[in-house]
Amino acid sequence: MAASSDRNPPPFPAAEDPEPGLTEPADGDSDEGEDIFVSKTNPVSVSRGVSQPDRGGEDPPDLFGEEEAGSTTAKSNGVHSDDDNDLFAEAQVELSTDKPGGSAQKELSASSTSTQSPAAMQPTSLEQLEEEEAKDSFDVDVAVTNPEKVGDGMNAYVAYKVSTRTSLTMFRSKTFSVRRRFSDFLGLYEKLSVKQSLHGCIIPLPPEKSVVGMTKVKVGMDDPSSVEFVERRRAALERYLQRVVCHPSLLQDPDVREFLERDDLPRAVNTQALSGAGFLKMINKASDAVNKMTIKMNESDTWFEDKFQEVEAEEQQLRKLHAVVDSLVNHRKELCGNTAVFAKSMAMLGNSEDNTALSRALSQLAEVEDKMEQLHQEQAASDFFIFAELLSDYIRLLGAVRGCFDQRMRAWQRWQEAQSTLQKKREAEAKLLWANKPEKLQQAKEEITEWESRVTQYERDFDRIGMTVRKEVLRFEKEKAKDFKSQIMKYLEAMLQSQQRLIKFWEAFLPEAKAIA
Amino acid sequence: MMEEVKEVTSALSVHGHNIKITDVVKDGDVLTFVIVSQKLSGTGEYHVDRTWDDFEWLQQHLFSQEDVPGIQGVIFPPLPAKANGNTSAKVIKQLGVLGLGEWQPYVKALETFLQLVATHKILNKNKAVEVFLTSSDAPGRQKVKKNIFNRLSQAVEEMRKEGHKDVDEFFQTERDHNLVLTGCTKTAAEKFLDMVLTEQKIAVACGHFSAALHLCVEPGEDPDKKAFSRLCVQISEVFNSMKKNMTSVAENNVNTLGLGLDQESRYQEAEKEMLFRRTCKLVELENATRNAEKAKPVKKEAMEELKTATKTEFQEICRVAKQEIKQFQGVRVKMLQQALVQWCERQLLTAKESADQFNQHLQAFREMTQ
Repeated sequence: MAASSDRNPPPFPAAEDPEPGLTEPADGDSDEGEDIFVSKTNPVSVSRGVSQPDRGGEDPPDLFGEEEAGSTTAKSNGVHSDDDNDLFAEAQVELSTDKPGGSAQKELSASSTSTQSPAAMQPTSLEQLEEEEAKDSFDVDVAVTNPEKVGDGMNAYVAYKVSTRTSLTMFRSKTFSVRRRFSDFLGLYEKLSVKQSLHGCIIPLPPEKSVVGMTKVKVGMDDPSSVEFVERRRAALERYLQRVVCHPSLLQDPDVREFLERDDLPRAVNTQALSGAGFLKMINKASDAVNKMTIKMNESDTWFEDKFQEVEAEEQQLRKLHAVVDSLVNHRKELCGNTAVFAKSMAMLGNSEDNTALSRALSQLAEVEDKMEQLHQEQAASDFFIFAELLSDYIRLLGAVRGCFDQRMRAWQRWQEAQSTLQKKREAEAKLLWANKPEKLQQAKEEITEWESRVTQYERDFDRIGMTVRKEVLRFEKEKAKDFKSQIMKYLEAMLQSQQRLIKFWEAFLPEAKAIA
Repeated sequence: MMEEVKEVTSALSVHGHNIKITDVVKDGDVLTFVIVSQKLSGTGEYHVDRTWDDFEWLQQHLFSQEDVPGIQGVIFPPLPAKANGNTSAKVIKQLGVLGLGEWQPYVKALETFLQLVATHKILNKNKAVEVFLTSSDAPGRQKVKKNIFNRLSQAVEEMRKEGHKDVDEFFQTERDHNLVLTGCTKTAAEKFLDMVLTEQKIAVACGHFSAALHLCVEPGEDPDKKAFSRLCVQISEVFNSMKKNMTSVAENNVNTLGLGLDQESRYQEAEKEMLFRRTCKLVELENATRNAEKAKPVKKEAMEELKTATKTEFQEICRVAKQEIKQFQGVRVKMLQQALVQWCERQLLTAKESADQFNQHLQAFREMTQ
């Protein structure tokens, strides 16, 4: 790599490259304790009863087969609330080979070549199958793959394949896929946040818009930075969807189902203004509005205040961490560049050397350094996809958490305002009694009744939203711990792999070095 | 006739191959080195304190041995540059990779210089070597008279001589080869340094991340919070291990291959300087020959004498140079081999240790109950 390419980060492996270490890091979380390179193959897909004869060892691994470690996350995202367990334990796990499910699967198998595919799947024992079934109590897996450029010029966009595999009966079939573009994802978020946040749910956030990134892609999808951009976006979209389907309430939302199932989704129109940063701005504005409220809330329960402060503090800490990881990623990319340049210089030195044993050793050294450059690239990708993206996701999720606290405040506000309106109506009624105007009195009484019921309604809403927020926050914290734990384990596994490959390189080189006369 | 140069004994009373620098002390800008050499006769050591200026004194004495025949054909062991920067960045600029690693590689380079000088059959006869290694007083710090071959920082006309066609195929080949090798080695050493500096940056970043994670640890009884705090502590330890790993990798690089490439680069430069001196003498001889031919009868005899003298000098230089080149090739390959083997062995060890560490961390995580 020439010095100029120091400015351009080395391409993260494109979708075509078989880089086993990288699919998994991109996809959210997993509490799979085992080595990802083993467990992400058949065990889980077998547990889904996938035993199609035509998908043997020759076909490229099924889309979900390799996404498994990533999509295993979907089920392990702390959604194991008790009722869910019972529901899904009995759910139909077998995937049928006939009818629409089958053809969809065949389609999936055929088109999965472009995703990172690890080694071929291996058959597993019956025990493992049962073990996996016990784990799989939440049967919706989603994957976002196959980014393809559609159209030309400035109107071009990237379409992603969104594949779902499920045993839930609320879906029309067991496996299906649709094509979606980025604005569709934004549209989903917008619909969800309008509806669900009223209930105090933490709505996962889609990735940021990027004018710069997209412009490059519109121009051409082949250069390394575009490849990196698209891969990053694809992974982020996948994590976003996984978090959405993991959420028990959101999954029930018809918009989510429509997003996953419907072939022709009407284009989301209001997304021009929407962006990740835009969402956070909205949330922050709402926070400010809440802070400016004249009627301060008297918390009977300090839980909410304490939690809110914790969330704010944590967001700041994660931002700091993110900055450090960012610099780590940059240094690693720099190391890639340095290593490549050094490798070349050693190759030249080896060529110029006329002592044959020394020349050979130096050329070998150059090759070792080339391999190390590859390792450094993978390490950089690992740092990035495992940590940097994890931290960004959580920074934004914490923003969403703040958002739902604000919703609760607004609910409280509504209730208070209704109460004060009711009070005014009662005073007005009293005045009318004195003034003795029977027709107006009737109206006043009607209004009072209306407002009394509103007050009751809003109070109930407020209590309900309070309970939801508590539940949501607890669920979020459990998920967060699981997420971080599984990510660090993935990271360690990748590091361990790296070290082991390094050991092999060094062991192979040592005899060459010793052989120099 | 007294046997002179064929004598095995040198002027040196100590062994040359195992000279060690056992300590280095920094006082302000000045580095003082403790040099230990073993007496030839039985047991006993000499311990002396020397600064870089003393090394330079020695080198100057070696350079200025005009009466030693063929001295210009000697490949003088290279002395690393003086380290007098007051910031580490400055030191790195002066010394390259020798400026890293807490003076360890720098000390090694100085040691190698002394060992090469003390074992050199021509150079170790100079009394300055004995004085340097054994005298308890610091050698006189006064500047020796200006020697005839300083560093290769000649004027432009001199540089033109560098390309002067040779009369001897052996030397022409050696010159061509050396030119290519010096360039390649220098580049390799520079790129290696870049790599090491980046590795150090990564180690620092890992350290920062490790420290920053500790800030995420919160007190409290909440079980989920406790779980997350514990996780943060564990992750912090992982990154601490990564920092240690990267630091070791960089250290290994500096102390083995880094030093080796730097040494090789400077040694190639030393050969280059010798070959250049010989080429200059060749040009001088060719001029003298021409002058002798063209000389008017009145000057002719003087010119012929000059030509003869120059020719003798040139032949002596060639004789010495051939020996030196042979010796040099052997020594440099051995040094590079040692560097490569050590580099590989140490990196292998570090990789194994790190793999163990990461494995332990992984186990610890697996055992953590949710």
